[in-house]
Amino acid sequence: MSLRSPLSRARGLGSAKDGVHHFWVQRVSAIALIPLTLWFVFSVANLAGGDYHAVRHWVSAPSVAISLVLFILTMLYHSALGVQVVIEDYVHHEGLKLLSLMGQKFLHAIVAAASVYAILRVAL
Amino acid sequence: MAQFSLPQNSKLDKSAGKHHKAPEGSKKVRNFKIYRYDPDTGANPRMDTYEVDMASCGPMILDALIKIKNETDATLTFRRSCREGICGSCAMNIDGTNTLACTKTCEEVKGEVVIYPLPHMPVVKDLVPDLTHFYAQLASIEPWLKTDSPAPTRERLQSEEDRAKLDGLYECILCACCTTSCPSYWWNGDRYLGPAILLQAYRWLADSRDEATGSRLDELEDPFKLYRCHTIMNCAKTCPKGLNPAKAIAETKKMLVERRV
Repeated sequence: MSLRSPLSRARGLGSAKDGVHHFWVQRVSAIALIPLTLWFVFSVANLAGGDYHAVRHWVSAPSVAISLVLFILTMLYHSALGVQVVIEDYVHHEGLKLLSLMGQKFLHAIVAAASVYAILRVAL
Repeated sequence: MAQFSLPQNSKLDKSAGKHHKAPEGSKKVRNFKIYRYDPDTGANPRMDTYEVDMASCGPMILDALIKIKNETDATLTFRRSCREGICGSCAMNIDGTNTLACTKTCEEVKGEVVIYPLPHMPVVKDLVPDLTHFYAQLASIEPWLKTDSPAPTRERLQSEEDRAKLDGLYECILCACCTTSCPSYWWNGDRYLGPAILLQAYRWLADSRDEATGSRLDELEDPFKLYRCHTIMNCAKTCPKGLNPAKAIAETKKMLVERRV
């Protein structure tokens, strides 16, 4: 039981003076993803029926490799921001929240590193 | 994790509901199914059914509640005051939507009228929710005009255009219908301010006479106080005054971006 006043409870630890950056980059990455996703979907559709070598050849073009890296990194960054919000919304156990917030960042970073490595390996 | 089911002692006891018959000779009987909880008995909440003769009842849900309290069951507990949608006391969940009992007509509801207290708040008794934290959150945003300039000898002037910016904001009666309809507030109400308080906060951000805009924005910039709003829009849908708290929150977010780009 706590005998803190209602106002003290409502004020809590005060404002974190943070959140605008998250809000802003989420929107910027969303806008960047519109052309990148459209390009990716159309390109993959164009590759339909192509064999392994056709796809390798496609990825190895510098413009395609650069666009793929941009697409993967933007998407994973946007995803990390979104998953962070879901965890903040629903996970209320402080320890578990901290662990899952860190864990999801690590996971996104690992997937990003592996994806970039894979693209470069094919392209270079 | 967020709690998706009610605590054991808050679960409805389906077998305990009482049925109150309308008196003999009633002409137009209608069923009102109402949430009952009495902290003194220690029993779980239940749904009581009241038969109300609409032939001798006023048109509003509040009229029916008052009729039940006067004629059938004096223990039925609810807040009410102005009976004209300006005090916000009789906010409750009627037919699945948070609204004011005094401005909702019985005719609008099809079939049985089901009434619960405002969702996801601690219940004091029957239809009376505990709004202590809600009011404390309102106090925390300091909802009054703040100035540093010396007070003028007469009223502070405001242009007609600037006054118009307060339309859609000043009408809020703080009935808590929107806040208690918001899933973000359900899961994080301890830290998230909720639509009603954020609309009030924007009412002072939008006021041309206020000189504390910057420090008000500083106080709101917080992942939990403000950014739990995910534009779900339940607030705008349920507001009995037809206001749009989600828009006020979006405007606040725009102001926060504006001051850094």
